Amino acid sequence: MTDLTALSLAEARDALKAKTFTATELTDAYLAAMEKARVLNAYVLETPEKAREMAKASDARIAAGTAGALEGLPLGIKDLYCTEGVRTTACSKILDGFVPPYESTVTTNLWADGAVLLGKLNNDEFAMGSSNETSCFGDVVNPWRRKSPDGSIDPTPLVPGGSSGGSSAAVAARLCVGATGTDTGGSIRQPAAFTGTVGIKPTYGRCSRWGIVAFASSLDQAGPFARTVRDTAILLKSMASVDPKDTTSVDLPVPDYEAAVGRSIKGKVIGIPKEYRVDGMPAEIEALWQQGIAWLREAGAEIREISLPHTKYALPAYYIVAPAEASSNLARYDGIRYGLRVPGDDITDTYELTRAAGFGSEVRRRIMIGTYVLSAGYYDAYYVRAQKVRTLIKRDFDIAFQAGVDAVLTPATPSSAFGIGEKSGGDPVEMYLNDIFTVTVNMAGLPGMVVPGGLDAKGLPLGLQLIGRPFEEETLFQVGEVIERAAGRFTPEAWW
Amino acid sequence: MSVDRSTVVRVAHLARIRVAEEEVDKLQGELNSILGFVEQLAELDVSNVEPLTSVVPIAMKKRVDVVTDGGIPDKVTRNAPQAEDDFFVVPKVVE
Repeated sequence: MTDLTALSLAEARDALKAKTFTATELTDAYLAAMEKARVLNAYVLETPEKAREMAKASDARIAAGTAGALEGLPLGIKDLYCTEGVRTTACSKILDGFVPPYESTVTTNLWADGAVLLGKLNNDEFAMGSSNETSCFGDVVNPWRRKSPDGSIDPTPLVPGGSSGGSSAAVAARLCVGATGTDTGGSIRQPAAFTGTVGIKPTYGRCSRWGIVAFASSLDQAGPFARTVRDTAILLKSMASVDPKDTTSVDLPVPDYEAAVGRSIKGKVIGIPKEYRVDGMPAEIEALWQQGIAWLREAGAEIREISLPHTKYALPAYYIVAPAEASSNLARYDGIRYGLRVPGDDITDTYELTRAAGFGSEVRRRIMIGTYVLSAGYYDAYYVRAQKVRTLIKRDFDIAFQAGVDAVLTPATPSSAFGIGEKSGGDPVEMYLNDIFTVTVNMAGLPGMVVPGGLDAKGLPLGLQLIGRPFEEETLFQVGEVIERAAGRFTPEAWW
Repeated sequence: MSVDRSTVVRVAHLARIRVAEEEVDKLQGELNSILGFVEQLAELDVSNVEPLTSVVPIAMKKRVDVVTDGGIPDKVTRNAPQAEDDFFVVPKVVE
Protein backbone atom coordinates (compact mmCIF):
# COMPACT_ATOMS: atom_id res chain seq x y z
CA MET A 1 0.00 0.00 0.00
CA THR A 2 1.20 3.57 -0.67
CA ASP A 3 2.10 5.76 2.28
CA LEU A 4 -1.26 6.86 3.64
CA THR A 5 0.26 9.97 5.26
CA ALA A 6 1.10 11.32 1.78
CA LEU A 7 -2.60 11.86 1.03
CA SER A 8 -4.19 15.28 1.46
CA LEU A 9 -7.15 15.56 3.80
CA ALA A 10 -9.61 15.64 0.89
CA GLU A 11 -7.95 12.60 -0.72
CA ALA A 12 -7.99 10.68 2.57
CA ARG A 13 -11.63 11.61 3.13
CA ASP A 14 -12.66 10.38 -0.30
CA ALA A 15 -10.65 7.15 0.06
CA LEU A 16 -12.23 6.44 3.45
CA LYS A 17 -15.64 6.98 1.91
CA ALA A 18 -14.75 4.59 -0.93
CA LYS A 19 -13.51 2.07 1.69
CA THR A 20 -10.04 1.93 0.05
CA PHE A 21 -8.60 1.67 3.57
CA THR A 22 -9.97 2.00 7.09
CA ALA A 23 -9.80 4.87 9.57
CA THR A 24 -7.83 2.54 11.84
CA GLU A 25 -5.22 1.96 9.12
CA LEU A 26 -4.94 5.70 8.48
CA THR A 27 -4.60 6.49 12.19
CA ASP A 28 -1.96 3.77 12.63
CA ALA A 29 0.04 5.24 9.74
CA TYR A 30 0.07 8.64 11.45
CA LEU A 31 0.89 7.19 14.89
CA ALA A 32 3.90 5.42 13.32
CA ALA A 33 5.01 8.65 11.60
CA MET A 34 4.72 10.57 14.91
CA GLU A 35 6.85 8.00 16.70
CA LYS A 36 9.59 8.35 14.09
CA ALA A 37 9.51 12.17 14.19
CA ARG A 38 9.86 12.82 17.94
CA VAL A 39 13.08 14.73 17.27
CA LEU A 40 10.90 17.53 15.84
CA ASN A 41 9.14 17.89 19.23
CA ALA A 42 5.87 18.83 17.48
CA TYR A 43 3.64 16.89 19.88
CA VAL A 44 3.72 17.55 23.62
CA LEU A 45 1.30 14.69 24.24
CA GLU A 46 0.53 11.74 21.99
CA THR A 47 -2.81 10.03 22.60
CA PRO A 48 -2.50 6.76 20.64
CA GLU A 49 -5.06 4.80 22.68
CA LYS A 50 -7.69 7.48 22.33
CA ALA A 51 -6.84 7.84 18.62
CA ARG A 52 -7.32 4.11 17.97
CA GLU A 53 -10.56 4.10 19.93
CA MET A 54 -11.90 7.08 17.94
CA ALA A 55 -10.75 5.54 14.64
CA LYS A 56 -12.52 2.29 15.51
CA ALA A 57 -15.72 4.21 16.20
CA SER A 58 -15.27 6.00 12.86
CA ASP A 59 -14.94 2.69 11.05
CA ALA A 60 -18.18 1.54 12.66
CA ARG A 61 -19.95 4.71 11.54
CA ILE A 62 -18.56 4.40 8.00
CA ALA A 63 -19.83 0.79 7.88
CA ALA A 64 -23.23 1.88 9.20
CA GLY A 65 -23.47 4.68 6.64
CA THR A 66 -23.57 7.44 9.28
CA ALA A 67 -20.16 9.01 8.61
CA GLY A 68 -19.62 12.71 9.37
CA ALA A 69 -17.83 15.31 7.26
CA LEU A 70 -14.44 14.55 8.84
CA GLU A 71 -15.02 10.90 9.61
CA GLY A 72 -11.82 9.05 10.47
CA LEU A 73 -9.47 11.98 9.69
CA PRO A 74 -6.60 12.18 12.23
CA LEU A 75 -5.86 15.68 13.53
CA GLY A 76 -3.37 17.32 15.88
CA ILE A 77 -4.74 19.89 18.33
CA LYS A 78 -2.78 22.89 19.59
CA ASP A 79 -2.26 22.61 23.34
CA LEU A 80 -4.23 25.84 23.82
CA TYR A 81 -7.52 24.00 23.17
CA CYS A 82 -9.08 22.39 26.24
CA THR A 83 -9.71 18.71 25.60
CA GLU A 84 -11.81 16.82 28.11
CA GLY A 85 -9.78 14.26 30.04
CA VAL A 86 -6.63 15.06 28.00
CA ARG A 87 -3.91 17.22 29.58
CA THR A 88 -3.95 20.82 28.36
CA THR A 89 -1.21 23.22 29.45
CA ALA A 90 -0.85 26.04 26.88
CA CYS A 91 2.79 24.83 27.14
CA SER A 92 3.17 26.67 30.44
CA LYS A 93 4.50 25.30 33.71
CA ILE A 94 1.72 27.16 35.49
CA LEU A 95 -0.86 24.75 33.98
CA ASP A 96 1.28 21.76 34.92
CA GLY A 97 -0.90 18.64 34.94
CA PHE A 98 -4.16 20.45 34.15
CA VAL A 99 -6.76 18.00 32.81
CA PRO A 100 -9.85 19.91 31.63
CA PRO A 101 -13.22 18.53 32.70
CA TYR A 102 -14.71 20.11 29.54
CA GLU A 103 -14.10 20.29 25.78
CA SER A 104 -13.61 23.48 23.71
CA THR A 105 -16.42 24.29 21.27
CA VAL A 106 -14.14 24.05 18.22
CA THR A 107 -12.84 20.58 19.11
CA THR A 108 -16.37 19.49 20.08
CA ASN A 109 -17.39 20.41 16.52
CA LEU A 110 -14.46 18.44 15.04
CA TRP A 111 -15.22 15.28 17.04
CA ALA A 112 -18.93 15.59 16.23
CA ASP A 113 -17.95 15.45 12.55
CA GLY A 114 -15.93 12.27 13.16
CA ALA A 115 -12.33 13.55 13.36
CA VAL A 116 -9.71 11.58 15.33
CA LEU A 117 -7.43 13.11 18.00
CA LEU A 118 -3.77 12.12 17.54
CA GLY A 119 -2.42 14.30 20.34
CA LYS A 120 -1.68 17.81 21.59
CA LEU A 121 0.68 20.06 19.66
CA ASN A 122 3.46 22.25 20.96
CA ASN A 123 3.17 26.05 20.95
CA ASP A 124 4.79 29.12 22.44
CA GLU A 125 3.80 29.50 26.10
CA PHE A 126 0.27 30.97 26.17
CA ALA A 127 0.73 31.58 22.40
CA MET A 128 3.24 34.35 23.12
CA GLY A 129 6.02 34.04 20.59
CA SER A 130 6.88 33.85 16.91
CA SER A 131 9.32 30.92 16.93
CA ASN A 132 7.97 28.27 19.33
CA GLU A 133 11.02 28.88 21.55
CA THR A 134 9.05 29.90 24.67
CA SER A 135 7.27 26.56 25.25
CA CYS A 136 7.95 24.86 28.58
CA PHE A 137 8.24 21.63 26.56
CA GLY A 138 11.16 22.99 24.54
CA ASP A 139 11.68 24.17 20.97
CA VAL A 140 9.96 22.69 17.94
CA VAL A 141 12.25 21.93 15.00
CA ASN A 142 11.13 22.94 11.51
CA PRO A 143 11.09 19.92 9.16
CA TRP A 144 12.65 22.22 6.53
CA ARG A 145 16.43 22.75 6.49
CA ARG A 146 18.58 25.24 4.59
CA LYS A 147 20.46 24.27 1.47
CA SER A 148 24.04 25.54 1.23
CA PRO A 149 25.13 27.21 -2.04
CA ASP A 150 26.89 23.97 -3.03
CA GLY A 151 23.59 22.13 -2.69
CA SER A 152 24.44 20.25 0.51
CA ILE A 153 22.05 20.32 3.47
CA ASP A 154 22.88 22.66 6.35
CA PRO A 155 21.87 20.76 9.52
CA THR A 156 21.27 23.97 11.58
CA PRO A 157 17.84 23.48 13.21
CA LEU A 158 15.34 26.15 12.16
CA VAL A 159 12.25 27.44 13.95
CA PRO A 160 8.81 26.41 12.61
CA GLY A 161 7.36 29.87 13.38
CA GLY A 162 5.04 30.56 16.24
CA SER A 163 3.05 30.48 18.23
CA SER A 164 1.39 27.48 16.49
CA GLY A 165 4.80 25.93 15.70
CA GLY A 166 3.83 22.38 16.65
CA SER A 167 0.83 22.63 14.30
CA SER A 168 2.83 23.94 11.34
CA ALA A 169 5.69 21.44 11.82
CA ALA A 170 3.30 18.50 12.24
CA VAL A 171 1.33 19.34 9.09
CA ALA A 172 4.49 19.93 7.02
CA ALA A 173 6.13 16.71 8.26
CA ARG A 174 2.90 14.71 7.71
CA LEU A 175 2.40 13.90 11.37
CA CYS A 176 -1.33 14.67 11.05
CA VAL A 177 -3.62 15.30 8.09
CA GLY A 178 -4.56 18.72 9.48
CA ALA A 179 -4.22 20.70 12.70
CA THR A 180 -5.83 23.46 14.70
CA GLY A 181 -4.05 26.68 15.57
CA THR A 182 -4.86 30.02 17.11
CA ASP A 183 -3.89 33.43 15.78
CA THR A 184 -3.63 36.59 17.91
CA GLY A 185 -1.02 38.50 15.87
CA GLY A 186 0.00 36.03 13.18
CA SER A 187 0.32 32.74 15.08
CA ILE A 188 -1.30 30.69 12.31
CA ARG A 189 -0.11 32.59 9.24
CA GLN A 190 3.57 33.15 10.12
CA PRO A 191 4.21 29.45 10.99
CA ALA A 192 2.32 28.41 7.84
CA ALA A 193 4.68 30.63 5.82
CA PHE A 194 7.76 29.14 7.55
CA THR A 195 6.74 25.53 6.80
CA GLY A 196 5.14 25.67 3.34
CA THR A 197 1.68 24.86 4.71
CA VAL A 198 -1.68 26.61 4.32
CA GLY A 199 -3.19 28.41 7.31
CA ILE A 200 -6.23 30.64 7.72
CA LYS A 201 -7.30 32.94 10.52
CA PRO A 202 -11.00 33.54 9.97
CA THR A 203 -12.87 36.74 10.78
CA TYR A 204 -13.03 37.56 14.49
CA GLY A 205 -16.22 35.94 15.78
CA ARG A 206 -16.35 33.12 13.18
CA CYS A 207 -14.97 30.38 15.47
CA SER A 208 -15.97 30.17 19.10
CA ARG A 209 -13.22 31.03 21.57
CA TRP A 210 -14.94 29.00 24.31
CA GLY A 211 -12.58 26.49 25.89
CA ILE A 212 -9.47 27.92 24.22
CA VAL A 213 -6.92 29.28 26.69
CA ALA A 214 -7.23 33.07 26.38
CA PHE A 215 -4.30 35.31 25.44
CA ALA A 216 -5.79 38.62 24.14
CA SER A 217 -9.54 38.16 23.86
CA SER A 218 -10.26 40.93 21.32
CA LEU A 219 -7.66 39.48 18.92
CA ASP A 220 -7.66 35.68 19.46
CA GLN A 221 -9.19 33.52 16.72
CA ALA A 222 -9.04 29.79 16.03
CA GLY A 223 -8.22 28.46 12.57
CA PRO A 224 -6.92 25.41 10.69
CA PHE A 225 -3.58 24.35 9.17
CA ALA A 226 -3.42 21.84 6.33
CA ARG A 227 -1.42 20.94 3.25
CA THR A 228 -3.85 22.39 0.71
CA VAL A 229 -6.31 25.27 0.43
CA ARG A 230 -9.17 22.81 -0.05
CA ASP A 231 -8.20 20.97 3.14
CA THR A 232 -8.30 24.16 5.21
CA ALA A 233 -11.73 24.95 3.72
CA ILE A 234 -13.01 21.53 4.80
CA LEU A 235 -11.63 21.99 8.33
CA LEU A 236 -12.90 25.54 8.80
CA LYS A 237 -16.42 24.50 7.81
CA SER A 238 -16.37 22.12 10.75
CA MET A 239 -14.54 24.39 13.24
CA ALA A 240 -16.74 27.45 12.69
CA SER A 241 -20.11 27.70 14.40
CA VAL A 242 -22.47 30.01 16.21
CA ASP A 243 -21.90 29.46 19.92
CA PRO A 244 -24.06 30.88 22.71
CA LYS A 245 -21.14 30.26 25.10
CA ASP A 246 -19.01 32.95 23.39
CA THR A 247 -20.67 36.40 23.35
CA THR A 248 -18.39 37.46 20.47
CA SER A 249 -19.44 34.50 18.32
CA VAL A 250 -21.26 36.04 15.37
CA ASP A 251 -24.73 34.92 14.41
CA LEU A 252 -24.16 34.04 10.76
CA PRO A 253 -24.63 30.68 9.06
CA VAL A 254 -21.38 28.85 8.16
CA PRO A 255 -21.01 28.66 4.36
CA ASP A 256 -19.78 25.60 2.46
CA TYR A 257 -16.22 26.88 2.07
CA GLU A 258 -15.11 23.93 -0.04
CA ALA A 259 -17.58 24.94 -2.75
CA ALA A 260 -15.57 28.16 -3.25
CA VAL A 261 -12.38 26.24 -4.05
CA GLY A 262 -11.82 26.16 -7.80
CA ARG A 263 -14.21 29.02 -8.66
CA SER A 264 -12.91 31.53 -11.21
CA ILE A 265 -11.53 34.81 -9.89
CA LYS A 266 -12.23 36.66 -13.13
CA GLY A 267 -13.10 40.28 -12.32
CA LYS A 268 -12.10 40.07 -8.64
CA VAL A 269 -10.28 43.20 -7.51
CA ILE A 270 -7.02 42.49 -5.67
CA GLY A 271 -5.51 45.35 -3.67
CA ILE A 272 -1.72 45.70 -3.43
CA PRO A 273 -0.80 47.88 -0.45
CA LYS A 274 2.40 49.81 -1.07
CA GLU A 275 3.14 50.00 2.68
CA TYR A 276 3.88 46.27 3.02
CA ARG A 277 7.63 46.63 2.67
CA VAL A 278 10.30 46.86 5.36
CA ASP A 279 13.97 47.82 5.36
CA GLY A 280 16.21 44.85 4.82
CA MET A 281 13.45 42.69 3.36
CA PRO A 282 15.10 40.13 1.04
CA ALA A 283 14.63 40.84 -2.68
CA GLU A 284 13.23 37.32 -3.02
CA ILE A 285 10.18 38.29 -0.97
CA GLU A 286 9.48 41.32 -3.16
CA ALA A 287 9.98 39.09 -6.23
CA LEU A 288 7.55 36.48 -4.88
CA TRP A 289 4.98 39.19 -4.24
CA GLN A 290 5.31 40.39 -7.86
CA GLN A 291 4.99 36.77 -9.00
CA GLY A 292 1.80 36.42 -6.96
CA ILE A 293 0.42 39.56 -8.58
CA ALA A 294 1.23 38.15 -12.03
CA TRP A 295 -0.50 34.84 -11.25
CA LEU A 296 -3.69 36.56 -10.16
CA ARG A 297 -3.65 38.92 -13.14
CA GLU A 298 -3.25 35.94 -15.50
CA ALA A 299 -6.25 34.31 -13.82
CA GLY A 300 -8.37 37.33 -14.71
CA ALA A 301 -8.22 39.42 -11.53
CA GLU A 302 -7.95 43.19 -11.64
CA ILE A 303 -4.84 44.40 -9.78
CA ARG A 304 -5.12 47.73 -8.03
CA GLU A 305 -2.50 49.57 -5.99
CA ILE A 306 -3.95 50.71 -2.68
CA SER A 307 -2.72 52.55 0.39
CA LEU A 308 -3.12 51.38 3.98
CA PRO A 309 -1.30 54.35 5.55
CA HIS A 310 -1.47 53.25 9.21
CA THR A 311 0.15 49.87 8.60
CA LYS A 312 3.39 50.70 10.43
CA TYR A 313 1.47 51.60 13.59
CA ALA A 314 -0.25 48.22 13.86
CA LEU A 315 2.62 46.42 15.55
CA PRO A 316 3.33 49.06 18.24
CA ALA A 317 -0.42 49.35 18.95
CA TYR A 318 -0.59 45.56 19.19
CA TYR A 319 2.19 45.55 21.80
CA ILE A 320 -0.03 47.67 24.02
CA VAL A 321 -3.41 46.03 23.39
CA ALA A 322 -2.28 42.39 23.48
CA PRO A 323 -0.18 42.59 26.69
CA ALA A 324 -2.91 44.64 28.39
CA GLU A 325 -5.52 42.00 27.66
CA ALA A 326 -3.05 39.23 28.52
CA SER A 327 -2.23 40.74 31.91
CA SER A 328 -5.93 40.71 32.69
CA ASN A 329 -6.62 37.22 31.28
CA LEU A 330 -3.63 35.64 32.98
CA ALA A 331 -4.55 37.04 36.39
CA ARG A 332 -6.56 33.84 36.89
CA TYR A 333 -3.38 31.76 37.28
CA ASP A 334 -2.93 32.18 40.99
CA GLY A 335 -2.05 28.69 42.20
CA ILE A 336 -5.34 28.24 44.03
CA ARG A 337 -7.85 26.51 41.76
CA TYR A 338 -5.71 24.58 39.27
CA GLY A 339 -2.18 24.12 38.03
CA LEU A 340 1.05 24.85 39.83
CA ARG A 341 1.23 26.11 43.43
CA VAL A 342 4.38 27.23 45.20
CA PRO A 343 3.44 27.61 48.87
CA GLY A 344 4.40 30.93 50.50
CA ASP A 345 4.09 32.51 53.94
CA ASP A 346 0.70 34.04 53.17
CA ILE A 347 -1.70 34.33 50.23
CA THR A 348 0.14 37.17 48.44
CA ASP A 349 3.44 35.38 48.88
CA THR A 350 1.86 32.23 47.42
CA TYR A 351 0.58 34.17 44.39
CA GLU A 352 3.91 35.85 43.75
CA LEU A 353 6.03 32.71 44.13
CA THR A 354 3.61 30.61 42.05
CA ARG A 355 3.50 33.12 39.20
CA ALA A 356 7.28 33.66 39.25
CA ALA A 357 7.89 29.91 39.00
CA GLY A 358 5.03 29.17 36.60
CA PHE A 359 5.45 31.83 33.90
CA GLY A 360 8.38 31.87 31.48
CA SER A 361 10.31 35.05 30.76
CA GLU A 362 8.35 36.16 27.66
CA VAL A 363 5.00 35.72 29.41
CA ARG A 364 6.28 37.55 32.49
CA ARG A 365 7.51 40.40 30.29
CA ARG A 366 4.15 40.78 28.56
CA ILE A 367 2.16 40.60 31.79
CA MET A 368 4.35 43.35 33.23
CA ILE A 369 4.01 45.57 30.13
CA GLY A 370 0.26 45.04 30.26
CA THR A 371 0.09 45.82 33.95
CA TYR A 372 2.12 48.98 33.38
CA VAL A 373 0.05 50.33 30.45
CA LEU A 374 -3.18 49.72 32.36
CA SER A 375 -1.93 51.22 35.62
CA ALA A 376 -3.29 54.48 37.02
CA GLY A 377 -2.02 57.51 35.10
CA TYR A 378 -0.93 55.56 31.99
CA TYR A 379 -4.20 54.06 30.79
CA ASP A 380 -5.14 56.99 28.50
CA ALA A 381 -1.63 57.59 27.19
CA TYR A 382 -1.13 53.97 26.20
CA TYR A 383 -4.22 51.79 26.10
CA VAL A 384 -6.83 54.29 24.91
CA ARG A 385 -4.39 55.74 22.35
CA ALA A 386 -3.65 52.24 21.02
CA GLN A 387 -7.37 51.50 20.67
CA LYS A 388 -7.78 54.77 18.73
CA VAL A 389 -4.94 53.75 16.42
CA ARG A 390 -6.78 50.48 15.96
CA THR A 391 -9.77 52.45 14.66
CA LEU A 392 -7.47 54.09 12.09
CA ILE A 393 -6.03 50.73 11.00
CA LYS A 394 -9.50 49.28 10.53
CA ARG A 395 -10.60 52.42 8.65
CA ASP A 396 -7.74 51.97 6.14
CA PHE A 397 -9.15 48.56 5.23
CA ASP A 398 -12.78 49.78 5.26
CA ILE A 399 -11.91 52.46 2.69
CA ALA A 400 -10.19 49.94 0.41
CA PHE A 401 -13.08 47.50 0.61
CA GLN A 402 -15.66 50.24 0.02
CA ALA A 403 -13.75 51.21 -3.12
CA GLY A 404 -14.37 47.71 -4.46
CA VAL A 405 -11.32 45.72 -3.36
CA ASP A 406 -12.28 42.06 -2.82
CA ALA A 407 -9.01 40.89 -1.25
CA VAL A 408 -5.58 42.27 -0.44
CA LEU A 409 -2.36 40.44 -1.41
CA THR A 410 0.81 40.92 0.69
CA PRO A 411 3.95 39.00 1.63
CA ALA A 412 3.33 36.84 4.72
CA THR A 413 6.59 37.45 6.58
CA PRO A 414 9.65 39.67 6.19
CA SER A 415 11.96 36.61 6.01
CA SER A 416 11.99 32.82 5.68
CA ALA A 417 12.49 30.57 8.74
CA PHE A 418 15.48 31.52 10.91
CA GLY A 419 17.65 29.34 13.12
CA ILE A 420 16.75 28.30 16.65
CA GLY A 421 18.41 30.74 19.04
CA GLU A 422 19.17 33.32 16.32
CA LYS A 423 16.60 35.86 17.50
CA SER A 424 15.59 34.73 20.96
CA GLY A 425 18.59 35.97 22.91
CA GLY A 426 18.54 39.71 22.41
CA ASP A 427 16.03 42.54 22.14
CA PRO A 428 12.44 41.22 22.34
CA VAL A 429 11.35 43.76 19.70
CA GLU A 430 13.47 42.04 17.04
CA MET A 431 11.33 38.90 17.44
CA TYR A 432 8.12 40.94 17.44
CA LEU A 433 8.95 42.33 13.97
CA ASN A 434 8.21 38.91 12.50
CA ASP A 435 4.50 39.68 12.74
CA ILE A 436 4.69 43.03 10.99
CA PHE A 437 2.61 41.90 7.96
CA THR A 438 0.14 39.70 9.84
CA VAL A 439 -0.76 41.75 12.92
CA THR A 440 -2.84 44.38 11.03
CA VAL A 441 -5.39 41.68 10.23
CA ASN A 442 -5.99 40.88 13.92
CA MET A 443 -6.18 44.55 14.83
CA ALA A 444 -8.97 44.99 12.24
CA GLY A 445 -10.64 41.61 12.96
CA LEU A 446 -10.38 40.54 9.30
CA PRO A 447 -9.86 37.08 7.79
CA GLY A 448 -6.32 36.32 6.58
CA MET A 449 -4.86 33.31 4.81
CA VAL A 450 -1.30 32.28 4.03
CA VAL A 451 -0.57 30.10 1.01
CA PRO A 452 2.92 28.87 0.09
CA GLY A 453 4.23 30.76 -2.95
CA GLY A 454 7.70 29.35 -3.55
CA LEU A 455 11.13 28.59 -2.13
CA ASP A 456 13.94 31.06 -1.51
CA ALA A 457 17.58 30.57 -2.54
CA LYS A 458 18.16 28.60 0.67
CA GLY A 459 15.42 26.19 -0.34
CA LEU A 460 13.05 27.43 2.38
CA PRO A 461 9.35 28.10 1.84
CA LEU A 462 7.93 31.62 1.52
CA GLY A 463 4.26 32.47 1.85
CA LEU A 464 1.82 34.97 0.40
CA GLN A 465 -0.94 36.46 2.52
CA LEU A 466 -4.49 37.20 1.40
CA ILE A 467 -6.65 39.51 3.51
CA GLY A 468 -10.40 39.51 2.98
CA ARG A 469 -13.53 41.43 3.86
CA PRO A 470 -15.21 40.46 7.14
CA PHE A 471 -16.91 37.04 6.84
CA GLU A 472 -15.86 36.64 3.20
CA GLU A 473 -13.52 33.71 3.81
CA GLU A 474 -14.89 32.14 0.62
CA THR A 475 -13.05 34.76 -1.45
CA LEU A 476 -9.78 33.79 0.28
CA PHE A 477 -10.28 30.09 -0.50
CA GLN A 478 -11.13 30.99 -4.08
CA VAL A 479 -8.10 33.27 -4.62
CA GLY A 480 -5.80 31.12 -2.47
CA GLU A 481 -6.42 28.10 -4.64
CA VAL A 482 -5.39 30.08 -7.74
CA ILE A 483 -2.03 30.84 -6.09
CA GLU A 484 -1.68 27.23 -5.00
CA ARG A 485 -2.38 25.96 -8.49
CA ALA A 486 0.25 28.29 -9.97
CA ALA A 487 2.89 27.82 -7.26
CA GLY A 488 2.50 24.10 -6.64
CA ARG A 489 2.85 22.37 -3.29
CA PHE A 490 5.99 22.18 -1.17
CA THR A 491 7.06 19.21 0.93
CA PRO A 492 10.23 18.96 3.03
CA GLU A 493 12.50 16.00 2.43
CA ALA A 494 12.25 13.66 5.43
CA TRP A 495 15.57 13.55 7.37
CA TRP A 496 14.17 12.62 10.79
CA MET B 1 8.32 57.31 28.59
CA SER B 2 10.62 54.86 30.31
CA VAL B 3 10.53 52.99 33.59
CA ASP B 4 13.05 53.17 36.44
CA ARG B 5 14.04 50.39 38.80
CA SER B 6 11.44 51.21 41.42
CA THR B 7 8.67 51.20 38.80
CA VAL B 8 9.77 47.73 37.65
CA VAL B 9 9.54 46.50 41.24
CA ARG B 10 6.14 48.16 41.73
CA VAL B 11 4.70 46.75 38.48
CA ALA B 12 5.99 43.27 39.35
CA HIS B 13 4.18 43.49 42.67
CA LEU B 14 0.98 44.76 40.99
CA ALA B 15 1.23 41.77 38.62
CA ARG B 16 1.87 39.47 41.59
CA ILE B 17 5.09 38.11 40.11
CA ARG B 18 8.10 37.83 42.43
CA VAL B 19 11.16 39.35 40.77
CA ALA B 20 14.60 38.72 42.26
CA GLU B 21 16.78 41.77 42.88
CA GLU B 22 19.34 40.65 40.29
CA GLU B 23 16.62 40.34 37.58
CA VAL B 24 15.43 43.95 37.86
CA ASP B 25 18.09 45.51 35.61
CA LYS B 26 17.49 43.06 32.77
CA LEU B 27 13.70 43.49 33.02
CA GLN B 28 14.06 47.27 33.10
CA GLY B 29 16.05 47.14 29.85
CA GLU B 30 13.52 44.84 28.14
CA LEU B 31 10.49 46.84 29.25
CA ASN B 32 12.11 50.08 28.12
CA SER B 33 12.93 48.56 24.75
CA ILE B 34 9.24 47.67 24.26
CA LEU B 35 8.06 51.05 25.56
CA GLY B 36 10.54 52.75 23.23
CA PHE B 37 9.12 50.78 20.31
CA VAL B 38 5.50 51.74 21.05
CA GLU B 39 6.52 55.38 21.49
CA GLN B 40 6.02 55.95 17.73
CA LEU B 41 2.24 56.00 18.29
CA ALA B 42 2.73 59.51 19.70
CA GLU B 43 3.37 60.72 16.10
CA LEU B 44 -0.31 60.24 15.26
CA ASP B 45 -2.99 62.81 15.90
CA VAL B 46 -5.84 60.82 17.41
CA SER B 47 -7.74 63.71 18.98
CA ASN B 48 -10.90 63.15 16.89
CA VAL B 49 -10.77 59.37 16.77
CA GLU B 50 -12.98 57.06 18.80
CA PRO B 51 -11.25 54.07 20.40
CA LEU B 52 -12.18 50.74 18.80
CA THR B 53 -14.32 48.68 21.13
CA SER B 54 -15.45 45.94 18.74
CA VAL B 55 -14.08 44.85 15.36
CA VAL B 56 -17.44 43.46 14.30
CA PRO B 57 -20.43 45.81 14.33
CA ILE B 58 -22.78 43.65 16.36
CA ALA B 59 -24.78 44.29 19.50
CA MET B 60 -23.39 42.54 22.56
CA LYS B 61 -25.29 39.32 23.14
CA LYS B 62 -27.02 39.07 26.45
CA ARG B 63 -28.21 35.93 28.11
CA VAL B 64 -31.06 35.44 30.52
CA ASP B 65 -29.81 35.72 34.10
CA VAL B 66 -30.52 32.14 35.10
CA VAL B 67 -28.45 29.22 36.34
CA THR B 68 -27.48 27.05 33.36
CA ASP B 69 -24.90 24.80 34.91
CA GLY B 70 -23.76 23.59 38.31
CA GLY B 71 -23.91 20.77 40.79
CA ILE B 72 -20.45 19.57 39.77
CA PRO B 73 -18.17 20.57 42.68
CA ASP B 74 -16.01 17.48 42.15
CA LYS B 75 -15.25 18.59 38.59
CA VAL B 76 -14.63 22.18 39.70
CA THR B 77 -12.10 21.19 42.36
CA ARG B 78 -10.56 18.21 40.56
CA ASN B 79 -7.52 20.17 39.31
CA ALA B 80 -6.88 22.07 42.54
CA PRO B 81 -3.37 21.80 44.01
CA GLN B 82 -5.11 21.28 47.36
CA ALA B 83 -8.81 20.54 47.90
CA GLU B 84 -10.89 19.09 50.70
CA ASP B 85 -14.59 18.18 50.77
CA ASP B 86 -15.28 20.13 47.53
CA PHE B 87 -13.47 23.23 48.83
CA PHE B 88 -10.21 24.83 47.67
CA VAL B 89 -7.66 24.85 50.48
CA VAL B 90 -5.77 28.17 50.65
CA PRO B 91 -3.17 29.66 52.98
CA LYS B 92 -4.68 31.46 55.98
CA VAL B 93 -6.02 34.86 54.79
CA VAL B 94 -7.71 36.30 57.91
CA GLU B 95 -5.91 36.27 61.26
